[in-house]
Amino acid sequence: MSALPRREIVLFSGLAVLVALVFAWMGAAYGTRMLVEASCYAIIGLGLTIQWGYAGLFNVGIMGFIALAAFVSLFVTYPVNGAFWDSDMPGQLGWALAAVAIGAAAVYAASQTHRLGLPKKWRTLLTLIVLAIAYLWAQSIFDPATAQIERGAGWIGGLGLPVWLGWAAGGAAAGALGWAMGRITLGLRADYMAIATLGISEIVKAFLKNADWLTRGTLTVSPIPWPVPTPQEIGFVASRAAYLSVTALLILAIFVLLQRAWHSPWGRMMRAIRDNEVSAAAMGKDVNRRRLEMFVLGNVIIGIGGAALVTFTSIFDPSAFVPLNHTFLIWVMVILGGAGNNLGTVFGVVLVYIIWTMSEPAALFLFQQGAYWSNELFGWQAPSDLATRALQMRVFVIGLTITLVLRFAPNGLLPEKPVKYE
Amino acid sequence: MEAGFLAALPAQELVFFINRGLLAGLIIGSVYALGAVGVTLIFGILRFAHFAHGDMMTIGAFVALICVALFSGGESNLGLPAAFVLMPLAMAATAFIAIGVDRAFYAPLRRAKVRPVVIVMSSIGVMLMMQGLVRLFAGTGTWQLEAGGAKTIYRLPLLGRDIILTQPQALLIGFTAVAAIALHLFLTRSRMGKAMRAVSDNPDLARVSGISIDSVVRATWVIAGALAAAAGTLLALDVTLKPDLAFNIVLPIFAAAIVGGIGQPYGAIAGGMLVGFTETFAVFNWSVLLRPLQPFLPDFIDIPNRIAFVPTEYKIVVPFFILIVVLIWRPTGIFRGRVVK
Repeated sequence: MSALPRREIVLFSGLAVLVALVFAWMGAAYGTRMLVEASCYAIIGLGLTIQWGYAGLFNVGIMGFIALAAFVSLFVTYPVNGAFWDSDMPGQLGWALAAVAIGAAAVYAASQTHRLGLPKKWRTLLTLIVLAIAYLWAQSIFDPATAQIERGAGWIGGLGLPVWLGWAAGGAAAGALGWAMGRITLGLRADYMAIATLGISEIVKAFLKNADWLTRGTLTVSPIPWPVPTPQEIGFVASRAAYLSVTALLILAIFVLLQRAWHSPWGRMMRAIRDNEVSAAAMGKDVNRRRLEMFVLGNVIIGIGGAALVTFTSIFDPSAFVPLNHTFLIWVMVILGGAGNNLGTVFGVVLVYIIWTMSEPAALFLFQQGAYWSNELFGWQAPSDLATRALQMRVFVIGLTITLVLRFAPNGLLPEKPVKYE
Repeated sequence: MEAGFLAALPAQELVFFINRGLLAGLIIGSVYALGAVGVTLIFGILRFAHFAHGDMMTIGAFVALICVALFSGGESNLGLPAAFVLMPLAMAATAFIAIGVDRAFYAPLRRAKVRPVVIVMSSIGVMLMMQGLVRLFAGTGTWQLEAGGAKTIYRLPLLGRDIILTQPQALLIGFTAVAAIALHLFLTRSRMGKAMRAVSDNPDLARVSGISIDSVVRATWVIAGALAAAAGTLLALDVTLKPDLAFNIVLPIFAAAIVGGIGQPYGAIAGGMLVGFTETFAVFNWSVLLRPLQPFLPDFIDIPNRIAFVPTEYKIVVPFFILIVVLIWRPTGIFRGRVVK
């Protein structure tokens, strides 16, 4: 492998200067916090660059996958809730889950009756009737059980297992959800995938927000256990630096694996599918299966990154997963940095995240100055909710950046490099 | 006999069902239908999912608010809400905005022949910009489109009870019906309507037979923008006007367009109604209708207080559920839309 070209060196040294400036202005505690968050976003960004840069899949539901992964990670790692396990509630919940399973089995059996010679029309009708009955029956068992949990123990608590296991489980859950979604939408046009991913993420968030017995809903859960000593034990800077080393190791591992995969025959096949689906299919590649592979792999990585991010913030609040702003913050990071180029993705993530966190004080400052001067010069009275309005400008800037980048620099700052074979 | 039958009918429950079930479904279905027509036309002719459609509705409603403030000072005219009388202005303005957005953001990408999904992403960028602008100028609070205060309420007596419909709701249902008929006449009788259908079916064939794609695209944006503005204004008249008015309904609108079949305006109207009714009936408390049967049932069957398919807080899930079911079993939609590959 040859030395890094000039473009990368220039861009990354600029980035290092920027990070150093943030450290100098805002202090080491703030700077490390920003870097940890940026590193978690970098993991998410690497997952997204697999989906978009490698495979051309448009995933709008990132927040849903992150929320699911964060919840699963929380469930695995949070300390055990004795009030729940010592009562008779686990048995009831188990019976309720069994009821759901029996209902699902009945529906599946009804949907297979055509094998017994039932005409298709009757099969569909029978399936629908069984579905309705099974649904109402399972609901009638499930609801009292969950209501009792909410009254008694509050919620079911966690399993108290190590954090790394939680992150892995979170990634696996996000991947499993991605698999189910991919099975439905990957055969269709990309637009459907966008709509369906957005829809699924809304469903996941609605569920996590309202299932109080499982997630405590809007009451939020904190503190989530950390993989490293917490700030209370060794101070902010040290604990955040330790956390950063964990996420940096994760990024390194994912990065190296992705680079290897990208240069392997597998990566070549993926590019072939992305660039010319028809000829790849003509070469005998199973396009949809490969895409499903990409989608699931990307979601696993997004899930791990999301679990790491929420673990770092140490509070699980289902209503905090704002659907679009953060989703498209990640999108801007990936397409600005250069989709399909792992180094470019990491660069874009860190750059955009610095701009994003710094833009809050900057926007407030600009708007206050603007209000002050327009008041001085024209006697115009600024509205009282100026601060919230100023922050809305950041949404506008994300949107403008997306449209401008897509139009004028569709390959990003560090474009994907064509791989050459000797 | 007749009178006896009527007397046996549970009037209160039936009227409750009409008010909270049928009419509520019709109202929200009308909003979805108006939006879905625009989405399906854009999808059929320009071939991308226009995510900014919901915010185009919000912008249309805010334009109507500005028109009301400028021209009527909040007074009602002709016994109708000022916003409804001035709605044509808002529709025209939103149509112009839609054409401008297309020129500035989508047309360059189309000329560059990018993949359709890139235009979808650009439309999400436009959506975020619109959201940012609306919140910047209007704040995040709520606005009242109807300054006059109380809405006129129509009461239609039925079996000794009243079927209740507010004036904005009646206007919404009426406007949707008129718009559906006008759209039908336009698409089947006028030259431009036929050209639009031709482009939707086969753009290359349409181009070689002398149809100007540019004017078809412009007409598409005019119709989509005008209907979006109307839907936004009427919805804001019915409820309140707030900046995130439309975000919660953009996904049901997509569901309606896909359920109806992409590129099928009639399908979009049917799909909008289907999604609206399903959503309403899914959260409707059916035990209200079943309770009158209690005396006729054996004692061991006890009708619970609440029988709803979906708890109210999961209402937003229903359109997606319909969408996914349709995508699995019939991806072309109920009206056989375009092949979606």
